[in-house]
Amino acid sequence: MELKRPLPTPQTPEAKPYWDGLKEGKLMMPKCDDCGHVFFYPRIACPSCHSRNVGWTQASGKGKLFSFEIAHRSLNPAFKIEAPYILAMIELEEGPRLMSNLINIDPDPAVVKCDMPVEVVFEKQNDDVTIALFQPAS
Amino acid sequence: MKELSNSVCIVGVEESDEVGKLPGVSQLSLHLQACHNAVADAGLKMSEVDGIFTAGQHSPALLGEALGVNPRYVDGTSVGGCSFIIMVGHALLALHHGLCDVALISHGESGRSGTGVTRGRDTSLSGQFEMPYGFGGAPTYFGMITNRHMHEYGTTLEDWAKVAVSTRAWAGLNPKAMFRDPITVQDVLDSRPMFYPFNLLNICLVTDAGGAVVLTRADRAKDCAKKPVYVRGAGEGTDHVFVTEMEELPLSVATRNSGKKAFEMAGVSHGDFDHIMLYDAFSSGPPIMLESLGFCEPGEGCSFFDEGKSTPGGSLPINTNGGGLSYTHSGMYGIFPIIEAVRQQRGECGDRQVPGASLSLVNGMGGMLSAAGTIVLSNQK
Repeated sequence: MELKRPLPTPQTPEAKPYWDGLKEGKLMMPKCDDCGHVFFYPRIACPSCHSRNVGWTQASGKGKLFSFEIAHRSLNPAFKIEAPYILAMIELEEGPRLMSNLINIDPDPAVVKCDMPVEVVFEKQNDDVTIALFQPAS
Repeated sequence: MKELSNSVCIVGVEESDEVGKLPGVSQLSLHLQACHNAVADAGLKMSEVDGIFTAGQHSPALLGEALGVNPRYVDGTSVGGCSFIIMVGHALLALHHGLCDVALISHGESGRSGTGVTRGRDTSLSGQFEMPYGFGGAPTYFGMITNRHMHEYGTTLEDWAKVAVSTRAWAGLNPKAMFRDPITVQDVLDSRPMFYPFNLLNICLVTDAGGAVVLTRADRAKDCAKKPVYVRGAGEGTDHVFVTEMEELPLSVATRNSGKKAFEMAGVSHGDFDHIMLYDAFSSGPPIMLESLGFCEPGEGCSFFDEGKSTPGGSLPINTNGGGLSYTHSGMYGIFPIIEAVRQQRGECGDRQVPGASLSLVNGMGGMLSAAGTIVLSNQK
């Protein structure tokens, strides 16, 4: 099957638990074992308290659409999802923000609204890669 | 820093021989044209340059080699398009301490034609966490900031469009501007949808261009060819790189911090300026910068762009060169608002001259309001 998205590359070692989790249908987030701060993207030290005791926690997959754009084209030839599609900045209920797409909704600014509740949808790309998309919360 | 206010002057500014679509000119040549033109504008010789400052694909070492200059001082700070504005402050320090005597800040970018350019950048993080979803290219990120601003403050598409309209009106008075025909708010709203909330006319040009700025200490500046323009204040700041990490989205902490430092050094406040240059990669940028700098409450920035305010003949002219939206935008635009502010302070701007301009603000961003540089320029001490 032809890939419609550029695969995440290069997968960095510190992000491995994130990618491994997605393959198992889990949204894993780095969490500071000292101050409890949950953050994204994965890195080896806490950006809040600067501790190097960083572990992982499974996020609920629920959050809100913090902001969005409706893309009428792609600037990356490797991204072949048909326009219009929704570029989404998700704020998880655990705190971190991450980029994704909002799917299963009409890409119309009259319908899509900032702060609307969303939930994760896992989409397998191939045997090695599953990504986290989001849809309006059920 | 207050004691350094007015100790250094900008004495030379110029673009490359041309700006626009220049497939026959390499990126390095854009640099060299701008450097030679700016040094000539200052009435200095290239052999007198001993400090080289540049950002982008070419290092200050390569630029020194290509120019035939052995610099005593180099700076390659690269935090996006505002790097050149930040370098004014860095040059000021180097000059003040005698680490160099003539500082040259250069930009050259074949952003449109890619002539003499090696493409490629670090995507180790965006390649994992953004690009699989279609992100890539500034509009896919800056729209996030813009749309959240609309959600929080009720800003409308018409409000952003006013910025593009005002800027185009200035471009009509600048012979070097790429797009000079007047546009209306409706033209912006009717232009091609790109990345909502942006239509085409909300987004900057992509051009080939170079620009350079020459600085020296105030005592020596008196002997240069043109009227010296004093650096009264300079400040810098950084916040995030990834928009998901932007602390006070849609406002910029980096912008606020850079402005605060520059204003304090210069001993000026918001109401003192009679000319403003803001980095307009997108129509929404300048209002958000004004808000972040504290010119108004969050959500009120677009009111500066009403007819009769920012526009030609208006009470507070903004982006008088026609901006990145209509004049030129090679990629790292930050050198060009400096050049325009210096020309306004010298009174060289012809049809677009702001009468009696005596205090210019230049503020620019790097990345998505990620880094910021602010300088305060004046033709008077």
